[in-house]
Amino acid sequence: MRLWHLYLLAGLLALAELWSGPVAIDVGAALRATWEGRDSVDRIIVVDIRLPRLLLALLVGGALALSGAALQGLLRNPLASPDILGVSASAGLLAVLTLYFGLALAAWFVLPAAALAGAALAMLLLLRLTHRLPDTLALILSGIALTAGASALTTLALNYAPNPYALQEVYFWMLGSVANRSLADVALVLPFIVGGCLLLLRCGPCLDALTLGEEGAAALGFPLAQYRWQLIVGVACAVGGAVAVSGSIGFVGLLVPHLLRRAAGAVPSRLLHWSLPGGAVLVLLADLGVQQLAGARELPLGVLTALLGAPFFVGLLLRRESP
Amino acid sequence: MTALLSAEGVTAATRDGRCLVKDVSLTLSAGELVGLIGPNGAGKTTLLKVLAGLRPCRSGQVLWQQQPLLRLPPAVRAQRIGYLEQRPQVHWPCSVRQVVALARLPFGDAGSATGRAAVDAALATTGMGALAGLPFQPLSEGEKLQVHLARLLAGQPAAILADEPTAALDPARQLQVMAQLRAESRRGLAVLAVLHDLTLAARYCDRLLLLHHGETVAEGPVAEVLTAERLAAVYGVDGHHDAASGSVICRLPVTG
Repeated sequence: MRLWHLYLLAGLLALAELWSGPVAIDVGAALRATWEGRDSVDRIIVVDIRLPRLLLALLVGGALALSGAALQGLLRNPLASPDILGVSASAGLLAVLTLYFGLALAAWFVLPAAALAGAALAMLLLLRLTHRLPDTLALILSGIALTAGASALTTLALNYAPNPYALQEVYFWMLGSVANRSLADVALVLPFIVGGCLLLLRCGPCLDALTLGEEGAAALGFPLAQYRWQLIVGVACAVGGAVAVSGSIGFVGLLVPHLLRRAAGAVPSRLLHWSLPGGAVLVLLADLGVQQLAGARELPLGVLTALLGAPFFVGLLLRRESP
Repeated sequence: MTALLSAEGVTAATRDGRCLVKDVSLTLSAGELVGLIGPNGAGKTTLLKVLAGLRPCRSGQVLWQQQPLLRLPPAVRAQRIGYLEQRPQVHWPCSVRQVVALARLPFGDAGSATGRAAVDAALATTGMGALAGLPFQPLSEGEKLQVHLARLLAGQPAAILADEPTAALDPARQLQVMAQLRAESRRGLAVLAVLHDLTLAARYCDRLLLLHHGETVAEGPVAEVLTAERLAAVYGVDGHHDAASGSVICRLPVTG
């Protein structure tokens, strides 16, 4: 498999996403109507419902997988990913708090900025912990502790929610989905996600050098102290942006780098470039999947990725060789 | 000989103030292989890290061609000095070639013809060319060390600082590694190696620096450094350097 195959696959799945939905519509006609500035029901479905969904699946999938690959490279551990390490849960906590206190209405950037701050705080805490306790077990346990703490505080906040409808809304948002978002939502998180991804892609050579450990990387001219902030801000922007708009879509950051490691090769910088389209492919596939599963209410996307990811994670733990 | 790397009155300490290296001076010139010896905890690794610019010194300075080393950008430092840490780790399932190619990161040319040529040449020099496509992790300790040596050479450094390059190797590999380091020094590189095996140090090194409790005890030609009195005072052994065979024979002192 080549890198362009993944981009091609992501493109084809994106097109499929435009045609996928509960009603069959003439997408070509809808796009023509948009071009000519005419209004029609088909146009509304395609431009206001399906297009934002497709764009978010691309952005969120790419951002989460890239963050997972970057975290794995930084911590030299194939079990690292933003959701397992509690980065997503912490981003979710701060996002819920801004929703809860009504701060999200104060300015357009408050919600993504809060999610970003939550992710950054979690990253700082993790790096501090892993510096003291460098082994894999300590890393995973730190992630569990962070996730448990953030989830408990989120539930606490929800417990005092002013009305049950708000509670339900936040609950479904937390399960993770790219459905029922608008183009305004896409525009809201676009700068954060794109900026974060660019920062992470620039860290490729440093992550390659880290293959030899921190001292080996420093001897190759990549002192981690210089790149640590770039990685923290990059992951915080990408994960914060993704969580702010789509809630918690788990296991993408773990699954994608792992599935691609054989095809892309073990060198972390190559894996970064492969994970970007790889994440988009996985989230688009999962989103197409939840649309096909019939039910009274559409299954949240995060539930499907977790159903796929949880056994995979256990399998990975069981047959973990030296990374 | 031109001095490439020199330390002037270097002192390094832990964060809580414990002194690891005290007022050590050293000059490393192109074309020589210098052995850094001393018992465990003498400060050899700390001194090597200070010389590589990986650790700050509390006082004194390290100069690269008469310029303060730490003023060079990290990438330039990495291009000039090849540093081999004690028991180097490779954290991902890379191939031998990928490990060697890491040395081209400071140059940013791993994918270009120049970078590939440097990697090929280093693999050929160390006799690792046949293993280039194999995964690194299942190799034996000796082969892994040869790959790391190839990695250092692929960076085409002017100086090599190696921390216990012969530790955990069988006798044949130890001799191969020392012969390789000496060959590189004869090619014009400045090589400083931390060694525990005094016979290897005596046979292969041009000069020795003996450290004890972080301080220089002696520096100079092998015969001048490895005297029976110093071996007794520093290592606590009865020993002598046999100039004819090049061996250093040590035994525990007879008591009572």
